[in-house]
Amino acid sequence: MTATILEKSGFNRDKKLKIVGTSPVKHDGIDKVTGRAKFGADLFLPGMLVGKILRSPHPHAIIRSIDTAAAERLPGVKAVVTRDDFPEIKAGTAGGDMTRNAMAREKALYDGHPVAAVAATSESIAKQALKLIKVDYQVLPHVIDAVEAMTPGAPILHPHVRTKGVKGADQPSNVIERLDLAMGDVEKGFAEADVIVEREYDTKPMHQGYIEPQGCVATAAEDGQIELWCSTQAPWVYRDRLTEILKIEQAKIRVTQSEMGGGFGGKTGFYGEPVAILLARKAKRPVKLTLTRNEVFRATGPVSGTRSRIKMGVKKDGTITAAEAELIFQTGAFTGSMFSNAPQAMFTRYNLKNVKTVSYEVVSNRPKVNSFRAPCVPQVVFGVEGVVDELARKIGMDPIDLRLKNAATEGYKTIYGETFGPIGFVETLQAAKKSDHYNSPVPKGQGRGVAAGFWFNRGGETAGTLNIATDGSVTLILGTSDVAGSRIAISMMAAEELGIPVDKVRAIMADTHSLGFNRVTAGSRTTYSTGMVIVDSARKAITELCKRAGQIWGVPEEGVTFEDGFCRPASSNVGTFEPLSIAQIAAKTTPTHGAIAGHSEMNVTGAGPGFGLHIVDVAVDRETGRVDVTRYTVVEDAGKAIHPLQVEGQYQGGAVQGIGWALNEEYYYGDDGRMQNASFLDYRMPVASDVPMIGTEIVEVPNPRHPYGLRGVGEVPVVPTMAAIANAIGAAIGIRPQSLPMSPPKLLKLMDDARAKSGGHAPSA
Amino acid sequence: MSKKYHVTTTVNGDEYEFLCEAQQTLLDILRDELMLSGTKDGCGTGDCGACTVMLDGTMVCSCLVLAVETEGSRIETIEGMAKGENLHPLQRIFLELNGLQCGICTPGILIAAKALLERNPDPTETEIRYWLAGNLCRCTGYDKIIRSVQAAAKEMRGA
Amino acid sequence: MEGVRYEVPETLQAAVALLAGATGDARVLAGGTDVIVQMETDLIEPTLLVDVKKIKELRQIASENGGFRIGAAVPGMAIVNHAALCQAWPGVVDGVKLIGSIQIKGRASIGGNLCNASPAADSVPALIAAGAIVRIIGPNGVREVPVETVPVGPGKTSLAKGEIVVSFLLPPRPPHSSDAYQRFTPRTEMDIAVVGVGISLTLDDGGTCTAARVALGAVAPTVLLVKDAADALIGTRLDEAALDRLAKAASAACRPIDDKRGTKEFRIKIAGVLAKRTAQQALERARQSR
Repeated sequence: MTATILEKSGFNRDKKLKIVGTSPVKHDGIDKVTGRAKFGADLFLPGMLVGKILRSPHPHAIIRSIDTAAAERLPGVKAVVTRDDFPEIKAGTAGGDMTRNAMAREKALYDGHPVAAVAATSESIAKQALKLIKVDYQVLPHVIDAVEAMTPGAPILHPHVRTKGVKGADQPSNVIERLDLAMGDVEKGFAEADVIVEREYDTKPMHQGYIEPQGCVATAAEDGQIELWCSTQAPWVYRDRLTEILKIEQAKIRVTQSEMGGGFGGKTGFYGEPVAILLARKAKRPVKLTLTRNEVFRATGPVSGTRSRIKMGVKKDGTITAAEAELIFQTGAFTGSMFSNAPQAMFTRYNLKNVKTVSYEVVSNRPKVNSFRAPCVPQVVFGVEGVVDELARKIGMDPIDLRLKNAATEGYKTIYGETFGPIGFVETLQAAKKSDHYNSPVPKGQGRGVAAGFWFNRGGETAGTLNIATDGSVTLILGTSDVAGSRIAISMMAAEELGIPVDKVRAIMADTHSLGFNRVTAGSRTTYSTGMVIVDSARKAITELCKRAGQIWGVPEEGVTFEDGFCRPASSNVGTFEPLSIAQIAAKTTPTHGAIAGHSEMNVTGAGPGFGLHIVDVAVDRETGRVDVTRYTVVEDAGKAIHPLQVEGQYQGGAVQGIGWALNEEYYYGDDGRMQNASFLDYRMPVASDVPMIGTEIVEVPNPRHPYGLRGVGEVPVVPTMAAIANAIGAAIGIRPQSLPMSPPKLLKLMDDARAKSGGHAPSA
Repeated sequence: MSKKYHVTTTVNGDEYEFLCEAQQTLLDILRDELMLSGTKDGCGTGDCGACTVMLDGTMVCSCLVLAVETEGSRIETIEGMAKGENLHPLQRIFLELNGLQCGICTPGILIAAKALLERNPDPTETEIRYWLAGNLCRCTGYDKIIRSVQAAAKEMRGA
Repeated sequence: MEGVRYEVPETLQAAVALLAGATGDARVLAGGTDVIVQMETDLIEPTLLVDVKKIKELRQIASENGGFRIGAAVPGMAIVNHAALCQAWPGVVDGVKLIGSIQIKGRASIGGNLCNASPAADSVPALIAAGAIVRIIGPNGVREVPVETVPVGPGKTSLAKGEIVVSFLLPPRPPHSSDAYQRFTPRTEMDIAVVGVGISLTLDDGGTCTAARVALGAVAPTVLLVKDAADALIGTRLDEAALDRLAKAASAACRPIDDKRGTKEFRIKIAGVLAKRTAQQALERARQSR
């Protein structure tokens, strides 16, 4: 029987917890510090071949023909694959897009688009073979920038696209969809405002920057059975999509997830995996296909760039009366940016009644985007939190006080229809206001900024199993990936439920044969949803334990309770029996009644939203535009920090990703439509010497729908980061940047232009 | 068939012999020939440090050393860091202080941190950050990595 | 890449013979931190690699007539850790320190940095400012030339076929002399210089600059030795006016490009800013030196 939420979560604020809330060493850690942990590229099978992909050097071209004869003849080449090996699926459908991103069919749509592939006995032979494949391209004009792609006369990527959401759209367009989302009456709202601020912003596309490139090993048996080992956040989603585009049955493919060296949303969709499977089939040998860093940048799923216009109005007393936004999202060569998150989340932490948004998703000749943390939201919050700050300045209100004045609370009905249960935005703001960082003086010459963020936190389809061994130790089969220590957090919740030490619990991440469908490990849903499912499984196991204890004692099931790892008589009326431990019950009854286990499938709901407030101090070199982040504090509501050290780690990691995004990370394209900085040398992510220690404050306003009150924390930490840094820069130099990244040449130009305008004086905000 | 070179080298105290092409890197051979996959390939161009190993006592990116260059050399990888069941203090303290999340950068960082502490047993925060500047991490924001190195340094000094 | 040949000669003569006799693209392999990257990214496809790390003349640092002779294939870390070099030529060492990471410096050499001929090479401006002389050996014998004559354009040197850079000679230092190298990068480490400035100067007993050399990197196809910038300092005590003249001369000398690392106008501006800061650092050091 499925359920969406535990009927009684059993959350009890006053319950004394023994394990949840501590920070034990994570069980998977030992393999990681010794090098034993196996990531996507770490599987080695007898007879394994090296797979390599040939990619289009043109951002937009018709593929007239592909001649693979010479490559096939090269000694050591065991298989060559082209579009002809992929089943035909109509363009413009979800499957049609997916198969075309895996390997181009009619056209190459971005520099790096896969066109063919080989499997060979060595990397050098594979590389040689690629050079022997002759592709006849008819090069077409290309368009890179989203706004350019929207203008009439721009090269059209998909002739079948008619803009969704626009009446009478009957011409081919690069605008996939227009989304209108509104509530209340913004005209009335703006009329009531004493101060209105309207600004335009732009953010460049960037990349999740996971250190582990995609890697997989595929084997194909003669009866069609496929084994795929790969680094992924979404084994079941990979399986289902692979079966859709390769036309195999789901049970005929087993996807086993490796340890994952970072994903952050970028490994929720496959890249080389279908190619590896087809090569393995043709070669009749296992094929390992790993991407180089250059391929990761050019041909996986970067993060959307945006343009936005944001307008907000406020009364002198600090009440925000209206908010309006027009947003453009660049999605790369195919739809799939999840841009609807943006209008839903961008203002949602303030109890606004009048909101109007119009959003566009636009294709252009770049790789199809994929999610990053809080897909499409940080880019627009960069603008929103700048406008909020400006409103505060203009009415002379403290920036946190303005946010407090408008903070959403329980009962607020959001623009996407959900009504908030208990939430912790007010508490987060109050904690930030009381924080040491906020109350310490701003160092001379530096600037301080704050910004707030929100993320829905997701639930979704989740399944899991808890098995009790005959010695009372416990194994868990989890359907989600371990992106940041969820394995240990979930093990801790199981241990807490069962009243046993966490060291007696071990968890594995399942392959797709071992459990039913699990949704992506994303959306900050993992510890919440898989935790929920494992707690449910634990409680089912406890019911079984009590039943068996009753049988041992000869008393009805209702006469048995479970507490702290032991079954006991529910009262003295039931009888006097020595408590039975899990181990005792398991040892005694497994031979006669079988193993004791609990199992659960749910479409989990009830996830509590998360909120954060970041405080940043920066120093700006006035002569060069270089920014130094000198102090950073993340204040965020975790509901309940299951493993506080891990929660801190999430906050800190998100903050530093945001620092990179804010200051230096962007895709550079040449006029030839090719990415110019496809390496870690010129795609500039923060290094250890670029950032300070990141202060963290965990606020705990529990979500009572979850047995332990937790809220997801994975995404909120990156939502307000760029806005907070921009606000700090604004405080330091008197101009609040409106374009990401805020790289030195751009800041220097801002400062120089402002100096020139004001006749050499530093401008005020 | 490309010309192959016969190389004898020592890794973590064990002698290995292998054949390789001239352009194959030490990283390629460690992983694909010697099955020592603890050393990771993050970029292939020396920009991320995930492939860090010790070569004749010097900290290097194994993706920028050709396997043929290691004839007669002494190489140390992450697999040699623990002594039997005993983790090196850095390994143990990284676990205790949560100095790792996904773990892909961890082998490189541990090798680099060990090299630092062997040269400078009492580094400042700035010295640690600059020494580790060649090791990218995307999960942790570096905070707990630095704290783990500081704590391990303190313990190793007997302080 | 079919059948790359790898050779590891033990003498200079053997190395020269291999390079002179090669058909196809032959490369010297010192630290490999440029050559191997270029092979990995298919920018070059050499048929022969000549590993010079067993040749002793390329791997030593020695005092020579009051100066220093540094082998072209000495790894960066050996230079960084050389106490006497750090004392006499802190600017040259600063340049080497900024080449990549500790891992890169474990292999990278100033010979490689010079011969890779990137306009942004970090060790080159300070070496030029220092007046370094390189010793080159080839099929026609040995020659000694100023270091700035070796790079002639991005990726191109003046070396003839079969020639190898053997060593760099840093001259003896007069009293009250020192040098500095600074560069602008968006991050603190791991970036290619957007602008690099190397300045070496000598003061008299009264603190007036009697000699100076100013070199600018990453602002032209090769590193520039800017006489006007040096002249702005000579005869002065590096007061504000002199530093302003230095900055203007540095900016005026730039012939930069727009690329993913910086725009033309940004580089021109920063060249002036950095020239001042570098000169001030060299001045401080010179005042403190014997």
